[in-house]
Amino acid sequence: MVPQSTETLPIRISSDIVMVRQVVRARAAEIGLSLVDQTKIVTAASELARNTLEHGKGGECQVEVLNSTGRAGLRLSFSDRGPGIPDLTVAMRDGFTTGNGLGLGLSGSKRLVNDFEIATKVGEGTRVTVTRWK
Amino acid sequence: MERIPILQMGEFLLVTIQVDMHDRLALALQDDLTNKIVSAGARGVLIDISSLEIVDSFIGRMLANIAAMSRVLDAATVVVGMKPAVAITLVELGLSLPGVRTALNVEKGMDLLRAAGGRAGGPAKH
Repeated sequence: MVPQSTETLPIRISSDIVMVRQVVRARAAEIGLSLVDQTKIVTAASELARNTLEHGKGGECQVEVLNSTGRAGLRLSFSDRGPGIPDLTVAMRDGFTTGNGLGLGLSGSKRLVNDFEIATKVGEGTRVTVTRWK
Repeated sequence: MERIPILQMGEFLLVTIQVDMHDRLALALQDDLTNKIVSAGARGVLIDISSLEIVDSFIGRMLANIAAMSRVLDAATVVVGMKPAVAITLVELGLSLPGVRTALNVEKGMDLLRAAGGRAGGPAKH
């Protein structure tokens, strides 16, 4: 599927998370997501961008506008070259945290999107891809 | 560094969050409020989040921390004005803001604070 538009945003400092939220909000509104769905994808983006910054030691977010057989969607890919996640089953559990958060980043954002994929390798990094369809 | 203003109204503190807060700003607000509760001898804190378009786990934790810290300092906290879409998302994310009192708007929030302020040294109500 060829995306209609692609943007790449850096995630290096805390204010980059705000920028990711704003761009995702703008694209979500443009493709006509409902207010609740906009709020869900922006919240998921905020959680995942913070993971990229804090656990992945920084990385980037790719924002893609999709149009699959007339159905619009927004796909976000968060990638880092950080330490990777040794045990994905545990990391996806509610309440699991290695930082000082609430441990809802991965499990919570999965509930806010339609598609959720994660690829990780210890020592190489992590890539989380989420999609919200209209 | 920019700061979120804290207004004092008698024995209550009032905060209106009108910007998309980055994490450090949220932490600064948490510290500022805690200090201000003590320096102003405040009995209650009202936080208006009606301009917030999302509450993620970081902001949720900040609100829970403020409520907990103010409770320890014998002040009540009420969070008011949450948008419906934010409430739906928050619960789906898995956050229910335990220990944080909420009200629909500023007026109802002030009523709650006044009621809590009347406890005059009695045990904190939760």
